[in-house]
Amino acid sequence: MEQTVQTAIRCRGITKRFGEVVANDGIELEVRYGEVLALLGENGSGKTTLMNMISGIYHPDEGVIEVDGAPAAIGSPADAQALGIGMIHQHFKLVEPFSAMDNIVLGTKEKRLPAKALRRKVLELCETYGLTIEPEKPVREMSVSEKQTVEILKVLYRGARILILDEPTAVLTPQETDKLFAILRQMRAKGCAIIIITHKLNEVLAISDRVTILRRGRSVDTVETAGVDAARLTELMVGRKVSLSIRRPEPKDPQTILKVVDLGVTRPDGSAALTDVNFTIRTGEILGVAGVAGSGQKELCEVLAGLLPAQKGAALYHKENILGKSPAEIINLGISMSFVPEDRLGMGLVAGMGMTDNMLLKSYREGKGPFVDRAPARALAESLIKELNIVTPGTETPVRMLSGGNVQKVLLGREIESGPNLLITAYPVRGLDINSSYVIYDLLNQQKEKGVAVVFIGEDLDVLLELCDRILVLCHGRVTGVADARTATKEQIGRMMTGEEVDL
Amino acid sequence: MDLFLKFLVAAVAAGTPLLFGTVGEILTEKVGHLNLGVEGMMALGACAGFMAGYATDNLLLAWLAAFAAGLGGALIYAVLTVTFMANQNVAGLTLTIFGVGLSNFFGIYMLGKSESGSLKLPEAVTAQMRSVDIPVLSDLPVVGPLLFQYNPFVYLGIAVALVCAWYLFRTKTGLNVQAIGENPGAADAASIDVTRWKYVNILLGGGICGIGGAYCSMIINGGVWLSDSVGGLGWIAVALVIFAAWKPHMAIWGSLVFGALRVLEYYVPQSMGIPAALYKMLPFLMTALVLVISSMRRSAGSRIPGSLGVNYFREER
Amino acid sequence: MSQTKLHSEPLLRVVKRAERPAGQAAALRAVAVVLSIVAGGVFLLALGQNPLAVYGTMLSGAFRSAMAIQGTVRYAIPLCISALAVTLAFKMKFWNIGGEGQLIMGAVFASYFALYHANLPHVVLLVIMALAGALGGGLWALIPAVCKVRWGTNETLFTLMLNYIALYIVQYLRDGPWRDPESAGFSKVARFDKNVALDKLFGVHIGWVIALVLTVVIWVYLRRTKQGYEIAVVGESQDTARYAGIPVRRVVLRTMFLSGAVAGLCGMVQVAGQDMTLSIGVAGGVGFTAIIVAWLCQLHPGMIALVSLCFGVMEKGSGVVQSDLGLSADCADVLQGVILFFILASEFFVRYAFVARKKGGAR
Repeated sequence: MEQTVQTAIRCRGITKRFGEVVANDGIELEVRYGEVLALLGENGSGKTTLMNMISGIYHPDEGVIEVDGAPAAIGSPADAQALGIGMIHQHFKLVEPFSAMDNIVLGTKEKRLPAKALRRKVLELCETYGLTIEPEKPVREMSVSEKQTVEILKVLYRGARILILDEPTAVLTPQETDKLFAILRQMRAKGCAIIIITHKLNEVLAISDRVTILRRGRSVDTVETAGVDAARLTELMVGRKVSLSIRRPEPKDPQTILKVVDLGVTRPDGSAALTDVNFTIRTGEILGVAGVAGSGQKELCEVLAGLLPAQKGAALYHKENILGKSPAEIINLGISMSFVPEDRLGMGLVAGMGMTDNMLLKSYREGKGPFVDRAPARALAESLIKELNIVTPGTETPVRMLSGGNVQKVLLGREIESGPNLLITAYPVRGLDINSSYVIYDLLNQQKEKGVAVVFIGEDLDVLLELCDRILVLCHGRVTGVADARTATKEQIGRMMTGEEVDL
Repeated sequence: MDLFLKFLVAAVAAGTPLLFGTVGEILTEKVGHLNLGVEGMMALGACAGFMAGYATDNLLLAWLAAFAAGLGGALIYAVLTVTFMANQNVAGLTLTIFGVGLSNFFGIYMLGKSESGSLKLPEAVTAQMRSVDIPVLSDLPVVGPLLFQYNPFVYLGIAVALVCAWYLFRTKTGLNVQAIGENPGAADAASIDVTRWKYVNILLGGGICGIGGAYCSMIINGGVWLSDSVGGLGWIAVALVIFAAWKPHMAIWGSLVFGALRVLEYYVPQSMGIPAALYKMLPFLMTALVLVISSMRRSAGSRIPGSLGVNYFREER
Repeated sequence: MSQTKLHSEPLLRVVKRAERPAGQAAALRAVAVVLSIVAGGVFLLALGQNPLAVYGTMLSGAFRSAMAIQGTVRYAIPLCISALAVTLAFKMKFWNIGGEGQLIMGAVFASYFALYHANLPHVVLLVIMALAGALGGGLWALIPAVCKVRWGTNETLFTLMLNYIALYIVQYLRDGPWRDPESAGFSKVARFDKNVALDKLFGVHIGWVIALVLTVVIWVYLRRTKQGYEIAVVGESQDTARYAGIPVRRVVLRTMFLSGAVAGLCGMVQVAGQDMTLSIGVAGGVGFTAIIVAWLCQLHPGMIALVSLCFGVMEKGSGVVQSDLGLSADCADVLQGVILFFILASEFFVRYAFVARKKGGAR
């Protein structure tokens, strides 16, 4: 087809700021019909922001987006749709109480069809692309992969020729991922332009024709997939040679501090989050936790912090079961949990409060009487600002006005200052640039050397392999193994994450 | 039987202003906006409708004026909550205080201008508001008085409710609008113009509330202007929305039930010794129970729009 | 699709801006108040009135004599106390629209002692009435709080319903058990014994002292105590609160009880200080206006006392406007509404900004 050489979308000098944060900085990008372009970058490198502008959710502050060779002002998702652009969001944009087919036709210009006719139309579309779905099933009763199918159908139903998929595999099993890729290849064969956002290198290599790499809001390079390997992509993505060379001191005199036995946890919706989980945490070492997003990491954190009840098993802290204790009691035992959620502020910090009041969060109960003593907290905030080079106008400035790296320093700084025996930290470098990340790694290593037991839940396997002493791998809420981080390879961990038993 | 028939007819009459208020508020809440200004918009409609009828002798113009006044009140609310993203509860309450105040203020201002010291709708208008008299149909026994002898407001109210039900549940736009109330982010991504449809629904809803207010000032008080003519019906309408499970057609039955409760005390013999306060309390008590019970079985019965009370900002991160 | 549709970036669009510092935000609010007064003036002008004369009469009417000032303060007292009450709940982002009902239930509980135990020693009686009022309001507020905590029942709608249920409880008592047998014709509750009356200071019942003391106490409670800190955290993020080991449910229940208790105390002050009986009009919309006052003041107790007084001036002054200029006293409500409309609009500009479309659309 002649179409294959035609440019679908070209971005020129796209810049987008949120308040004082520059999310996109002069980005250049081009995607052609009949190809799959992978958009590769670490978390926080600006991938999703860019795609949201192409699909009309945000407006660029500067720069031009050209569609089919002509400049286009994409003012709204409706404009994007009119241009044949369809986006499948990482967080599904579905109306939960509606049926699948109602979600599929939502917002299209056509008249409302009778249920039967609509059902037939949806099923026909499913057949064309080899998808399966129950058109009348309400979305709120669907599994994650079913929901994604609905999202894909939504876009196909609108006849999109340019598809954007934002981290579509983050929540899928390997089999589901293979199926998705088969669908994408079929669309490419039909002349669609496809942009897939991801930070998983194997997927980039498996599905894409070309790769555009973003780093810290800038587009650093675009390469032909056939001409590169994982090492080269990593180098482009992180902006340096592959070796991260994170310092890893030898553990000194490790002693078991927490023993988790046959832990079973059910989510509020009744599905199993963790099943028969067994592992130990030792003082003076860093235990990494790896797994595909949503494999039970969050539930593991919450159950150990007393936020979620366990249905089964025990967690013995110095031989005392902490399951069933209140969060306050667990904090008093010297167990600290800090979880950096995707919006980075949801848990652990109070966005509207200043650093002083945030320092108080876990310690405000201290001291007799009904009054809060803010003086020590203010002193602590001031010393953290100095020690960790936190950039803030003052101790009373609401933390939501700080940049991501500074927010995370505040969070981790407070946890460390509370002098825990066990420090559980989830995604502490989420969205941080390389330099800020190293500050965080150093902080964790210092704790390790002080004899604190550290649990590090992370996304980046390279970091886990270089920072941790042992790595616990989760898959669908089960432990598929505990690897020695000094000898294990990335491939082994990757296979364990997808549920394979690996001989270590 | 005769007494029961009279009771039903009275219930319909008492329920009609509630029907307007309820349908108007349903349209508003379906796009995720809880407008506690129903009472205020009804008061504005009461004043505008009455004054237009008084000045023009034309019921249709009175309806239009009431609709416009309710819409005007809703416009303030919509600008504040949709565009300026202000707190919905506070904006709605303010609208009530403002609307009731302005309605009474203007009424008294007009009273001061009138020579007789009172305002009474001219005969030309009251004639148009009399119960309809359809040949044959209105004269049928039982069915006649029960179905074909009401004032034009009643038929307008039922028509509005049915049209709104059709709009929400049978048209494509209605589907889109409901999506906005459930999850504006999803609706936005599906290229539905969230802001536009929020405005459309809130404004239409306000206008419909306004007509309900005109019923209060023009019919209930026998064509004489009185302050506070809406007298809390707007709040009952807010309750009735819950009772009607956010469905305009259910609001027809709901307003009949609530209207019946409002007139029940006049039809139950005094000798039964049920305190009058209980009848007045019942609508609110029942609504509270519906609210609590539906929240207990959240997944099954509750049809409360998912984003009710939460403003939407597309670029929220 | 149509080519014109492509160039449809909105004329104006909303973006989040770096938040304005507190000083600028305050200035913005001041501008809003001035604009609202101007808007009210334009409205008066349209009616053929001289706005300056009306505003002048309003102001002088509220302060022209000792009696007038006392009247102004009497209006301000219940407003201030109930605004403080809802502030407690609003800090927690619990939308307690039920100040009205909680005030009424407080009045009911207090009235019981006023009616049936009026022979107790004066101070003892008043203390008991105050405690009963607080208990009545607190318990009434606990109902929606419990439902919210257990089943997530929408508190805005539920507290709204409870207002009316409370109102008709008063009507029931008035028509039935508590009806004054000596009243001929329409029913009412008997006037309280003199022993029940709140003492006066400077010609006004000591409700104003109670209001001022509560202002300080609630300011200290919210800003300086551990419980106040817990309320702030729960209001900002329940997830964070839970993570920090704050018992969220207990905080919600406790705070709602306190919120209702303060409103209930206000009910006691109204029946024992102002009305000297229990009537349907005991709250008279104060619970709703209080929400407006609280919001207007950004939930700051000190500001609440001040703004309540301003609202008192408007209420009292508008009465004088009615008698002197023949304009309805309802103009106070209209003006209050307009002021809040402008304030609500101004808050937007603290956090957001409009950006105009660049010239030439798509460039």
